[in-house]
Amino acid sequence: MPLSLTLASRNLFHDRLRFVATTIGIVFSVVLVMVQMGLYSGFGRMVTTMIDHADADLWVMRKGTKCFEDPSLLAVSKRNDILAVQGVARAVPLIIGFSDWRLSSGEMTPVFVVGSDLNEHVLDPWDITGGSAKALSQPHAVAVDLSYTERLGLNGLNTKADIRGQQVQVVALTDGIRSFTTTPYVFTEITRARAYIGVPAAVTSYFLVKLNQGADLEKVRHDIESTIPDVEVLTTAEFRDRSRSFWLFGTGAGAALFAGALLGVIVGTVIVAQTLYSSTKDHLDEFATLRAMGSSNRYLYNVIMYQALLNAVIGFIFAALIGYAVVWFTSSGALPVVITPGLMVGVFLLTVVMCVLSALTAIVRVVRIDPVMVFTR
Amino acid sequence: MSEVLEARGVSKVLGSGAGEVHALKDINLALRGGELTMLMGPSGSGKTTLLSILGCMLKPTAGSVVIGGESTDGADAEKLAKLRRDHIGFIFQQYHLFPTLRAVENVQIALDVRGEQGKGARARAYDALSRVGLAHKIDSFPREMSGGEQQRVAIARALVSNPSAILADEPTAALDTANGQAIMRTLAQIATDMGRCVLVVTHDTRLISFANRIVFIEDGRLVREERGEGSGPKLLPAAGSGH
Repeated sequence: MPLSLTLASRNLFHDRLRFVATTIGIVFSVVLVMVQMGLYSGFGRMVTTMIDHADADLWVMRKGTKCFEDPSLLAVSKRNDILAVQGVARAVPLIIGFSDWRLSSGEMTPVFVVGSDLNEHVLDPWDITGGSAKALSQPHAVAVDLSYTERLGLNGLNTKADIRGQQVQVVALTDGIRSFTTTPYVFTEITRARAYIGVPAAVTSYFLVKLNQGADLEKVRHDIESTIPDVEVLTTAEFRDRSRSFWLFGTGAGAALFAGALLGVIVGTVIVAQTLYSSTKDHLDEFATLRAMGSSNRYLYNVIMYQALLNAVIGFIFAALIGYAVVWFTSSGALPVVITPGLMVGVFLLTVVMCVLSALTAIVRVVRIDPVMVFTR
Repeated sequence: MSEVLEARGVSKVLGSGAGEVHALKDINLALRGGELTMLMGPSGSGKTTLLSILGCMLKPTAGSVVIGGESTDGADAEKLAKLRRDHIGFIFQQYHLFPTLRAVENVQIALDVRGEQGKGARARAYDALSRVGLAHKIDSFPREMSGGEQQRVAIARALVSNPSAILADEPTAALDTANGQAIMRTLAQIATDMGRCVLVVTHDTRLISFANRIVFIEDGRLVREERGEGSGPKLLPAAGSGH
């Protein structure tokens, strides 16, 4: 270990109170950044959960559709036009829309209905813990998520309720299909879904297109758009980005999360800068002695940088532990904090950058040291 | 003996305008290896300013300093630092040890700033501490050592990189007589036995007996120079009584 690192670490740990205060500041800052970005990540994942679980190469939708939940409708008759395009293997309609779920007590709660052709399996419910997706073909059958048990008045499988005056029966229970709008998803067969939503049988929200093997995706997309007026065709990735962008930035939710993260970075930078500066001021005699001994400025920078990096690493370790605790506590909540390995690496790098930037004020102070002061102190 | 450190026509003006002070006036001084030179003078006479300039910490207003054949003319702060690194070891009145480092680390850091690291550097630091009689204190922190021991660690630190010149500023001022004498004896040995150029700034006339050469400074000028025995007080019973 270089002696400059030894000196940096000993000086850092020597004043324990200041070290603890600095660490708390960094941990607070990094946890704030981590949670805000984790919320961003979790929110971004939740808003596209349906798109992520759908089996489609291309999504055909009404022009101007902003997100998956957009209520724009298309005529089902366009399906034949899509199937006529060379390279298209199948085009499956998918209907979505809001409706009301009436509990046996008479209480009403809004739900989000997702209906598809059950034989095509383009968007079946997943993570089923009770019942089965096959049972959705039965009359009145729906699948809902366990996390909405109380909201939907569920009493296990076979619970009965009604949607828009039509009886429904729960035949499958999923675990973890939560909506960021807090409105429960209800999976069902497409014809019944239309009835629950209250739209005519001749409409759909989307066509989920699968291509033949070897088909040119761009050509198919172009051919569909040029053949059928008022539709646009997006790949799954494009639709995911559009939905995410709408909910995160169109609504300002993402900007608020970023603002929180930025605040965390600013708070952390200021705290670390202040403590590093005061630590450097307290050890000016030592820096002057090093300078008198002929150390280069770079050597002095190294001592300060090592302190900054030690602060960063120690603060980050505590923050990461707290971050994982937050992830665990929120995992079954309405909006889980999602901290991916990539996010963890990103936040670590941000912590390092934050601490290194904070060291600049201390470095500016050290650069101005006059080694002659060793004779007068 | 060859000249290791030389001041040529050095003048230094401190402050400006009405507060201008001519701290040094046309100083010419050549310091040789194998000699302990003592720089003496009253407070405010310019001793520390001259030491700072000879130690490449301060630039002269006029004149130049030559150390190991290299002139400080036109040198910037980094170049001066390099000259210090390559040629000079310092000993300070207040020791200026690093309180969080052990004795051996306090010595080793003088090598670390020169880019010398690892076991070799640690062995050299241990040797330097042994030379000043502190082999048993290598793992002690400064707070665990007496003033005399701390100053000996500082001497080991100044010595460890084998500098051609050792500059000491009032090295015994914070010590009692016995410890002060011991430190001076060590410095005298460094000059005579190791052939180093040693310059000691002091007020203490009792230490004169350790000097090979005594230079007197008053009002920024070198006013007198005497030769000394350099053998310590037992050979100079009148030590401390004047010059």
